[in-house]
Amino acid sequence: MLHLLDKAVLEGPLVTAFAFVGVVIWISNFLGKHLTGGRVAGSAIAVLAGLALAWLGGAITGKAKGLADIAEFSGLALMGGAMMRDFTIVSTASEVRVEEAKKAGWLGFLALVLGTILPFMVGVSVAYAFGHRDPVTLATIGAGAITYIVGPITGAAIGASSDVIALSIATGVVKAIMVMVFTPVFARFMRLNNPQAAMVFGGLAGTVSGVSAGLAATDRRLVPYGALVATFHTGFGCLLGPSVLFLAVKALFG
Amino acid sequence: MVILGTALLAACYLAGIAVGEGIAVLIGVQANVGGVGIAMLLLIASLHFLQKRGLYAPETEKGVTFWAAMYIPVVVAMASTQNVLVAVRSGPIALISAAASFAVCILFISLINRVIERAHIASAPLASDEE
Repeated sequence: MLHLLDKAVLEGPLVTAFAFVGVVIWISNFLGKHLTGGRVAGSAIAVLAGLALAWLGGAITGKAKGLADIAEFSGLALMGGAMMRDFTIVSTASEVRVEEAKKAGWLGFLALVLGTILPFMVGVSVAYAFGHRDPVTLATIGAGAITYIVGPITGAAIGASSDVIALSIATGVVKAIMVMVFTPVFARFMRLNNPQAAMVFGGLAGTVSGVSAGLAATDRRLVPYGALVATFHTGFGCLLGPSVLFLAVKALFG
Repeated sequence: MVILGTALLAACYLAGIAVGEGIAVLIGVQANVGGVGIAMLLLIASLHFLQKRGLYAPETEKGVTFWAAMYIPVVVAMASTQNVLVAVRSGPIALISAAASFAVCILFISLINRVIERAHIASAPLASDEE
């Protein structure tokens, strides 16, 4: 019986992922409603549960794709991959109220610029504080603090070594996960309760995966506004990282 | 038909990503530049076009809104495939620079959002969830 079920699961990975995520969200909503009295959104618990499961998967297999590295759950990689993530983000644009988005277009751009430069400066400063003096290393770690995609792209462009690139990816991954976990916690402090604020958040917090999960856990209706800006973040970072930002670091420390 | 909505969504996605790749090639960047954002703008524009002409049938709408409703499940699946192990085991440089840059960003977000709230650039807070 169990053997038959396992065969069905292995042959239908994406369908298994649908069923599995459904169960996770169902349990999370139940916990949110009855354990926290509705104070913590079910989706926030579900994102946390997802991360906990990712840790579990990584601890069991020692590989990089969380729970999806276990054969039975491999469909999660497709369901939660960049293609489905971006496809569903685009679909949320059907809920965007154009007047709301127009009001804050320039703010979104300002946030995008700050969201690229500030993390870079922080990343460079921390690397400097830990004794790094090589401009290539400093800039690669700084770029990793922007997003985990900008880090390796910048590093490869300016000729960083693979361990430095790995460090910059780790920085970006840690940041994305922190954004996922702590956005609902600091939502009130950030005044994250209207479309314009969500656009500022999307530009400054950056990383699409962090922003999309963080906003989903805070208020689902803010997602399209934040995502609209955040999706420009990686491209913008990849534009500035190996060029302006690296040259600035080189001029300062080279 | 439901598939028309989903096909429209898919067309916007593909066109947006293609434009994002084009911009990347033009400015010499090795990553898609805002493809998803451009796809979102295309979808907003085409839905507006269809609505004005009364062509956005409820059935068609279902083919778009279904995927919007699948957004949170997809994000949960995404969370479960993150490399949390690397994040947990990463050394002090990764941990501190990530935490510090997130903290700085939170401060700036808070500052800007308070300013736009006072200046009435921001809309009134959304009503608490209807759920």
